[in-house]
Amino acid sequence: MNKNKVSTKPSRSIGELLRDNSVPLMFILICAVCIPLSGFSPSYLLDEIITRMGRNVFLILSLLIPIMAGMGLNFGMTLGAMAGEIGLILASDWQIVGIPGMVLAMIISIPISMFLGFVCGTILNMAKGREMVTSYIISYFINGIYQLVVLYLMGSIIPIIHNSIKLPRGYGIRNTVSLLEMRQKLDNLIPLTIGGVKIPVATFIVIGLLCVFIIWFSKTKLGQDMRAVGQDMQVAKDAGINVEKTRIISIIISTVLAGFGMVIYLQNMGNLATYSAHSQIGMFCIAALLVGGASVDKASIGNVFLGVILFHLMFIVAPTAGAKITGDSMIGEYFRVFVSYAVITVALVMYETKKRKAKSRAGEQLAADQAAEEELSEEQ
Amino acid sequence: MNENTLEKRTFKERAKEALKDFGLPRLIITGFLLLLFILAPFVGADLPTQITNTINRFSWNAVMVLAMVPMVHSGCGLNFGLPLGIISGLLGATLSLQFGFTGPLSFLMAIIISTPFAVVLGSFYGWLLNKIKGGEMMIATYVGFSSVSFMCMMWLLLPYNKPDMVWGMAGKGLRTTISLEGYYSQVLASFLQINIGNLSIPVGALLFFALLAFLMWAFLHTKTGTAMTAVGSNPTFAKAAGINVDKVRMISVIMSTWLGACGILVYEQGFGFIQLYMAPFYMALPAVSAILIGGASVNKASITNVIIGTFLFQGIVTMTPTVMNNMIHMDMSEVIRIIVSNGMILYALTRRTEGAK
Repeated sequence: MNKNKVSTKPSRSIGELLRDNSVPLMFILICAVCIPLSGFSPSYLLDEIITRMGRNVFLILSLLIPIMAGMGLNFGMTLGAMAGEIGLILASDWQIVGIPGMVLAMIISIPISMFLGFVCGTILNMAKGREMVTSYIISYFINGIYQLVVLYLMGSIIPIIHNSIKLPRGYGIRNTVSLLEMRQKLDNLIPLTIGGVKIPVATFIVIGLLCVFIIWFSKTKLGQDMRAVGQDMQVAKDAGINVEKTRIISIIISTVLAGFGMVIYLQNMGNLATYSAHSQIGMFCIAALLVGGASVDKASIGNVFLGVILFHLMFIVAPTAGAKITGDSMIGEYFRVFVSYAVITVALVMYETKKRKAKSRAGEQLAADQAAEEELSEEQ
Repeated sequence: MNENTLEKRTFKERAKEALKDFGLPRLIITGFLLLLFILAPFVGADLPTQITNTINRFSWNAVMVLAMVPMVHSGCGLNFGLPLGIISGLLGATLSLQFGFTGPLSFLMAIIISTPFAVVLGSFYGWLLNKIKGGEMMIATYVGFSSVSFMCMMWLLLPYNKPDMVWGMAGKGLRTTISLEGYYSQVLASFLQINIGNLSIPVGALLFFALLAFLMWAFLHTKTGTAMTAVGSNPTFAKAAGINVDKVRMISVIMSTWLGACGILVYEQGFGFIQLYMAPFYMALPAVSAILIGGASVNKASITNVIIGTFLFQGIVTMTPTVMNNMIHMDMSEVIRIIVSNGMILYALTRRTEGAK
């Protein structure tokens, strides 16, 4: 079987290549239709794309490690986002502003992320084979606990000093927390503008460092272990890898990174929608990653960048293009939401059908091997 | 004496086993609801009103919870794709209104019109789920989401033009909520309604649910129904016994979708409004957690589970706000609802199920 794979690889037909990259191709097509319709200037689009890259890439990169460990798309990255938000709420209450405030928020988020990641990883180990749907429900469940903490415990049990972020009733955090003092502090740390396009150099440096970390990490012993676990848990276990522990670590790393990513995301936005900022973040990040050509079991840094560009290009142009075509601006809004969900659906379906095909092929192979063996033993 | 201890131990073991069957989370939830009912009079909440509310909400939601049963039976897992059924129901409802039906007839027509939609969408959904056996639940969730967001566009674009359904200014595009006053609002609930003081029981709605539940029970005892259970508990065995697994699963998905359509119509008649656009988005989760609270697992569910689960879930949803508000002047009901319902789903997903694929 292995030999088969190797021999077919170089001579992949164009059809197969098209099928494997159908999602990015579809998006290129959508963008190609929508960009002229929307009538935005190239420099505006470029500026928007660069801003959104700085905002989102870190968050999306946090999804890579669980995919490496074979745990699929980590919908539980929302947990990290919530931890990052708690860090930001506390940092802005203590009125530590600018870069130190961001760093403090990240530091606060680390223990929370690690704890939540540990809980998430442990639960996922109990639900092997349906990690994705479980991590998805975990994100809702922890969202309930987040609301409990932020809406009821903050200000009543957890001390919150300033009334400006507290609800008028004396406890609980307001619907929006202003991060004005932190706004784009990282993006503007090293100012650079080329041809009217502002480039958040410092943010890109941080993202670059994370990319280097991920590449380095995948070559360490732990990274290799994760890959082995992702390929086949049983084989990995026989090889002496502690499967459960490796999986938990991969989720913890992802959650911590998502926490950092959320802080970067929110410093760009400039305010924090306390109860809704994290609710869609997992979905958009996952959709962007899939648009970049990643699948449930395979994703690279290249997928992240391509995905962010294509997905957000669609996001920017769809509402105006939709309004031009149908005369109703809401259509475009709904269209981009629909496309985000449809992309995830299509990617999940393709992954599952591929997995089933591979499984049945492996089953046939096994049956053939067994039959051959039986024949042999009978002959003897 | 020896015998005595032995008996004691078996009793203890039996009790332990019963407890294990019942499940700790379920026990906590039942206890919590009982506590709420006991506390209600002390904190000044009117008990008959509370019970009325609980029963009312039970009658609104029970059919949607019932929609979970066929797919669980055929091994397709929990139907997170319930929004697809809801959309068929919404299409039926809006078309019935558009065609000018009023009163009880509009309810009947809504069910009739939604049926072909449910069959078509259900067959497509079933076909898809047959292609991806093993990954049903995640994909079901996203099929539900995509279809809801797709229909958001359609509600705006489809040529509805009845003045009390579309936006007043533009004269097109359906409103987010459409009042059912004069159509089928309370049509089931007011049928044979019993009123005793503050207590009122919507007998008609309960009877409608009872009818559907009975039909479901009867169906599960027919040949196809038994085949369905066989497919759910052991697909390989079912295949060996000559059952067409894919076909049986397809039937179960269509049934589930159709029941989802009926479910939303029953919900609307109780609630009094049609809710469009993003409203169906999160309607699957309460139904899923209700049946799980009732004692179902990922691959096992019965009508009793539906009844107990809906009652417990809706009881908590209705009782917590009043009791909590009166007691500590803090409305934590929403948070409690999120934690309870999702916690229950998590519990069910993490339990090792026999015959898991």
